[in-house]
Amino acid sequence: MQALYAQLLVGLINGSFYALLSLGLAVIFGMLNIINFAHGALYMMGAFCAYFLLNLAGIGYWPALIIAPIVVGIFGMILERTMLQWLSGLDHLYGLLLTFGIALIVQGVFQNYFGSSGLPYAIPDELKGGMNLGFMFLPIYRGWVVVFSLIVCLATWYLIEKTRLGANLRAATENPTLVRAFGINVPRMITLTYGLGVGLAALAGVLSAPINQVRPLMGADLIIVVFAVVVIGGMGSIMGSIITGFSLGVIEGLTKYFYPEASNTVVFVLMVLVLLVKPTGLTGRAA
Amino acid sequence: MSALTDDTLPVSPRAVRDEMIVFVLMAALLAIVPLTGIYPFFVMQALCFALLACAFNLLIGYGGLLSFGHAMFLGTAGYFTAHALKVWGLSPELGILVGTLGAAGLGVITGVVAIRRQGIYFSMITLALSQLLYFIYLQTPFTHGEDGIQGIPQGYLFGIFNLAKPTVLYYVILVGFLGGFLLIYRTINSPFGEVLKAIRENEPRAISLGYKTDHYKLLAFILSGTIAGFAGSLKVFVAQNASLTDVHWTMSGEIVLMTLVGGLGTVFGPVVGAFVIIAMQQYLAGFGQWVTVIQGVIFVACVLTFRRGVIGEIAHFFRRSL
Repeated sequence: MQALYAQLLVGLINGSFYALLSLGLAVIFGMLNIINFAHGALYMMGAFCAYFLLNLAGIGYWPALIIAPIVVGIFGMILERTMLQWLSGLDHLYGLLLTFGIALIVQGVFQNYFGSSGLPYAIPDELKGGMNLGFMFLPIYRGWVVVFSLIVCLATWYLIEKTRLGANLRAATENPTLVRAFGINVPRMITLTYGLGVGLAALAGVLSAPINQVRPLMGADLIIVVFAVVVIGGMGSIMGSIITGFSLGVIEGLTKYFYPEASNTVVFVLMVLVLLVKPTGLTGRAA
Repeated sequence: MSALTDDTLPVSPRAVRDEMIVFVLMAALLAIVPLTGIYPFFVMQALCFALLACAFNLLIGYGGLLSFGHAMFLGTAGYFTAHALKVWGLSPELGILVGTLGAAGLGVITGVVAIRRQGIYFSMITLALSQLLYFIYLQTPFTHGEDGIQGIPQGYLFGIFNLAKPTVLYYVILVGFLGGFLLIYRTINSPFGEVLKAIRENEPRAISLGYKTDHYKLLAFILSGTIAGFAGSLKVFVAQNASLTDVHWTMSGEIVLMTLVGGLGTVFGPVVGAFVIIAMQQYLAGFGQWVTVIQGVIFVACVLTFRRGVIGEIAHFFRRSL
């Protein structure tokens, strides 16, 4: 049973990353109509940012948790201002191609300097060790990742669904021209939205640094799984992305325990099944 | 939704004449390659990728479907052909048949799933499907995992042509490429191709005119996958191996890049794009990961400033369709 709980925990952690990343993708798609292929590369940049802060400036995990998403978010906003904004009005596919190119550049540059091997990032002292819960041993850091990701996801949901800023954002998604007529600066809002989505990816990167090591290609394969998650869940609802992300992580964890050979592929197989049964995705409306 | 290409004109006799002239020029140029002293393996490899890119272009340029998983056809056909030649000891023509049929079967299975969504979702689904296949090939024994299938015998095509001779192999590959190219060209200009373009421009209207658009899209997907597989089978004879790199998503990205550089939705663009990208990889092979960076830069540059691609720009300049 110990092993089952351990795999469930790993599943929940992967689920946290799926949720944080697919949430960012959904928010960005809502505003920019772009599927951000660079999301995995920006997730990796978040982890590297934390690594640099620690090793070059001696800045530890807790400040990095705030600084890295801001730095990468600003980088994302520069990308949006200099490149992505020129794609508005063109076919969605160009956004995918452009961000794919950006992902290749970012990952290639990091691979040149750091190879393909992982760099270690230590768990902060406050979160070292573990607790015995009676039925399983819980490493505190892993528990922290799950709880903190859940809080961030719910905070993002609250921001978009319940605040005035979020209402403006949703309105601008529906009809940008009309929202501009109310004196709201929609282009600035688009830039900030991209920054927010990218920041969430970078945050996931920082969270994963002590667990998965810091590698230039850490986001490359992850983003494909997240795409499958997005296809399964649909991008129409924020809460849908969160729930789908966490549940697919758990299902993957269970597969690792019961049938490890299929743990790499289970999310993709589920995607096929969902497409056959309900092509619009679990929470999606007809496109 | 704005169209990906500005080729909305109906096929005119002049366009067909122009395209045939260019085709004959291309075939003639390629036919004299062995006399020029150009390294034939480079051209053979480029021809395989050119056919692959043309097959991909059939979907994106004429059906509006951007597949981000076309490497799965390349890799699947490669593995099937390699296995048939090496383990079953089949002759080259049967090996090619096995590989191409394998890709066609894969096209049926993945097509049924992928065409259920359009646009951006279609791309994500094809990418995820090819990743699924990548992991399957990583784990099944017949592919030999990370090592791949190596040392594949080339044999005698139809019992006559010795494929171990570079010049003979070159002309066999060239004939295969030209045949595949003409098949795609015929498809684009057939009534079937016209319906595909109609679906690309306005799917609801095509449905309202009574076309079962899903059938057309599925057929196009299977055809594209089959021809891509044929290219993959040919490539086995050139590279003499089949490996996981051919199924990886980076390969799918390269196919997209070749077509984008040459010109999405142009007849000859994918061929030019494939030669450009393969040549670039040859010359920059010593630069390691910088090749990836350069490919990324080309992607970005093409999307931002050069969306018509090489052939698209030329055709636009001369107001011709190429």
